[in-house]
Amino acid sequence: MSSYSLLIILLFYLGILFFVAHWAEKKANSKWTNNPYVYAFSLAVYCSAWTYYGSIGVAAHSGLSYLTVYLGPVIIIPAWIVILRKIIRISRVNKISSLADFISLRYGNSRFLGALVTFISVIGIIPYIALQLKAIAETFRIVTQTSISSNVFNDTTTYVAIALALFASYYGTRYVDASEKRKGIVTAVAMESVLKLFFFILVGVYVTYFVFDGFEDIYAKASLIEGFREKNTIGGLPQALNWFFLCLLSLFAMFLLPRQFQMAVVENNRESHIKTAIWLFPLYLLLFNIFVYPIAWGGNILFSGATANADTYSLLIPQYFNNTTITVLVFLGGFSASISMIVVASIGLSIMLSNNLLIPYGFLGTLQSETQDKNSKRIVNIRKICIFLLIIVAYLIYRFYVLDYNLFSIGLVSFVIMAQLAPAFFGALLWRRGSRLGAISGMLIGFLVCVYTLLIPYGIGITNSSSTFISEGLAGIELLKPFQLFGLDYLAPIPQALFWSLLFNTIIYLAVSVSFKGNYRERNYAEMFIDIDKYSTMHENAFVWKGTAYTRDIEKVLKRFLGEERTKRALTIFNLKYNVDKNQEQADARLIKFAENLLTGHIGTASARILISSVVKEEKVSLQEVLHILEESRENIIINKKLTETSNELQQITAQLQKANEQLLEKDAQKDEFLDTVTHELRTPITAIKASSEILYDDDDIPEELRKQFLRNIISESDRLNRLINKILDLEKFETGKQQIHGAKNSLDHTIVTALEPLQQLIRNKKIVVHFVTETVTEAWYDEERIIQVITNLVSNAVKFCPETNGQISITVMETGAYLQTSIHDNGKGINPEDLDAIFDKFYQSTNQNIKKPVGSGLGLAICKQIIEHHKGKIWAENKENGAVFHFTLPQYNSTENE
Amino acid sequence: MRKILIVDDEPNIVMSLEYTFKKNNYEVFIARDGQEALEILKVQQPDIIILDVMMPMVDGYATLEQIKKDERLQHCKVIFLSAKNKEKDIERGLSLGADLYMTKPFSVKKLVEQTNELLTD
Repeated sequence: MSSYSLLIILLFYLGILFFVAHWAEKKANSKWTNNPYVYAFSLAVYCSAWTYYGSIGVAAHSGLSYLTVYLGPVIIIPAWIVILRKIIRISRVNKISSLADFISLRYGNSRFLGALVTFISVIGIIPYIALQLKAIAETFRIVTQTSISSNVFNDTTTYVAIALALFASYYGTRYVDASEKRKGIVTAVAMESVLKLFFFILVGVYVTYFVFDGFEDIYAKASLIEGFREKNTIGGLPQALNWFFLCLLSLFAMFLLPRQFQMAVVENNRESHIKTAIWLFPLYLLLFNIFVYPIAWGGNILFSGATANADTYSLLIPQYFNNTTITVLVFLGGFSASISMIVVASIGLSIMLSNNLLIPYGFLGTLQSETQDKNSKRIVNIRKICIFLLIIVAYLIYRFYVLDYNLFSIGLVSFVIMAQLAPAFFGALLWRRGSRLGAISGMLIGFLVCVYTLLIPYGIGITNSSSTFISEGLAGIELLKPFQLFGLDYLAPIPQALFWSLLFNTIIYLAVSVSFKGNYRERNYAEMFIDIDKYSTMHENAFVWKGTAYTRDIEKVLKRFLGEERTKRALTIFNLKYNVDKNQEQADARLIKFAENLLTGHIGTASARILISSVVKEEKVSLQEVLHILEESRENIIINKKLTETSNELQQITAQLQKANEQLLEKDAQKDEFLDTVTHELRTPITAIKASSEILYDDDDIPEELRKQFLRNIISESDRLNRLINKILDLEKFETGKQQIHGAKNSLDHTIVTALEPLQQLIRNKKIVVHFVTETVTEAWYDEERIIQVITNLVSNAVKFCPETNGQISITVMETGAYLQTSIHDNGKGINPEDLDAIFDKFYQSTNQNIKKPVGSGLGLAICKQIIEHHKGKIWAENKENGAVFHFTLPQYNSTENE
Repeated sequence: MRKILIVDDEPNIVMSLEYTFKKNNYEVFIARDGQEALEILKVQQPDIIILDVMMPMVDGYATLEQIKKDERLQHCKVIFLSAKNKEKDIERGLSLGADLYMTKPFSVKKLVEQTNELLTD
């Protein structure tokens, strides 16, 4: 295939990538970019060109040991649910955006440690990026069947590197706050992960089933090749140790590679996504590895005797059979693997470079006196330039340095260097005593061991015969041979380097930490890191700080980086969270930590601390005091929790009280209405009495007949007044429970007749016909005197309701279950339907307050209701076509005794 | 002879009023609620109406509103006579256009005096 066609395909592919990133940035909140699958696939940035091509090379040359690179991660991944969750939580709470931030913050927010981590990472990762560029360049040449151009400007890789640098610096620095999520990059990487796996499986299936006749065919043919058995057997203890160290190495890499930290921690936007990742990611690695072996040995079979680079078998095989489509697709898969790694790693490194090296050691002074606009621009530009330079430097290293090494070895060297962060990193999660000094010294010594055992030998060239450094050791001292340090001769160079560097690193970290105690700040962060679950919601509480600080000064610093509006918003949130008065002048420890966090994403933890401490006066706190304060704050958090619970309870009680109060108010209003009604009712007879008396008193020549009539009025109104008072008292007795019901076996027949007797005159006066029908036995359990009261009331109401002529009242008694139901039916005009339920309410007022109740004083029915309910019966009214009916029920047997 | 309409649902109060006003040379008409009053007012145009507030069917306020709508009754004076003696009740009664609001219990003598006064204005 010609270079131009492949270049066009490449450009088209990069175009798609840009588009996906652009689209995902826009859809940053949609479920397409925010799901656990995107997260899990984005972690597969782990599988770089090294996996894609290098594994095959290793499998072809030395058999199964390529597996270690995948076994390590698979072994540790189940523990993610605890460890990774913790790391993510610590990072989210402290707004950490890189490994350097993470480690340096834990060790007392140490600027030097952050810079050291950055330095080690850059040294470790740049060759790795160079390796990816090399893979792109080599595979491009294979596909186009051209040879490498000595002219930089004729090398496609130059342009690819520039394009990648542009892409990464554009999408990687969209936000000044480095802890913001980069949805565009993540989604593009996730998509590439899917593509590279797909293309790899495609070529795997092609080689296994189309070139050969399945796995068995390849195995049968491969086993005839010389050395097959040795390469595919674990050879005793030394080999096992090699395996062990390689597994350990890749296990560390899972946490410590900047690109893994970037994807797994910084870009994680939901802890729950880990749950999907812990099964999907190992599955991904497994799928990736199924066809490594067949392709590698298939290549060995096909190209035995030839000097083909085993790393590129996946391209060479389809090309050998002139299958251009598969060749190009495989190339695109490898290209994806490379650029994902380059982009993510360079972004991760650029954040470290800017936030942990350049800003704290260089630009902080200028940033301190500029406005927000300029600062944001400057920070973003620093990162852009970093990304650009990283990729370009890597390109130069590729061009002039690593051309001779295979993918696997450079990858492992990179891993070993990154592994120097392991003691300090895992110590940060597990060990409270770990100190800054311990971390720095361990890391430095470990790194120096790496330099001696790996970087120098690889630098001068492993096969370089003019140097005796490797074969005879430094200055000819046997024990200092870099690949057999201190006479350790059964480990391969990489595991050996890992063993010694990590051993020194760890021992020194532990020893120094134990010997020299860290300061209070280190201990403070140690507690915050290790007990993150306790502090994750109110973590500012866990920050110990003493001194004098003013909100105003802190606000000024924040404004330089966040701008006016965001600073205000953030402070409002802070005040709400901790219930702080916004006019409070003095800033406390919480505000200082909060402010540091706000700045951390922009300029890194160390610079954030430096900036904030430049405007506050801090007093030293003793270690003892820190522990004491932390103990208190832990108690405070518990107390806070209890307070929250209590305040919730209080809220409930308040709600209940409010409800009760409303009910009381309603009752009160009802009481007022009742009093209104009662006073009105009382005044009416008094008015009549007064008017009559006045006439009798003033008028001497009043006719005898009229005089008597007025006196009769006075008497009847007095009686009415008395009845009214009795009724009110009755009602009061029932309501306060003072009224007793003296139940006995009685006959309703008899009771009704007794009740009707005093009403006979009234009934006769209105010429009303009363029908009384009983359809059943009328024995029931009740207080006769009280029921007479009820019947009298209901019948006299009925009388009032009846029309002037042809009035009729019918009284019926019938059995309904265990009750006797008495109904009193008149042929009047009925009751206003709206009032049917309410007429029994003593506080009842008709919807129109000035309309008199349809019957009696209004208290009568309320008393009837009380009486019937005290008998455990029911009373209600309804309208029939010809008048109103009042029903009440009484139990046939003594219901109170049965209870 | 001046005509008076007494509207109240309490027969004993009505009786006292009827006696007193007859004695003071009024022609007396009686209604037991607002509805009856409005019926009577269709055919009679009294000089003065004494109106209770709390009555069955149509209350005193509603009755007055009807009266005020009737052009033939424009000259007609109205006195509310009610046991509702709260300020807001009195205000409401007067705002509807009553000439006087008297509370129960009342003095018969005073009522007659006030009535006479209203009619001589």
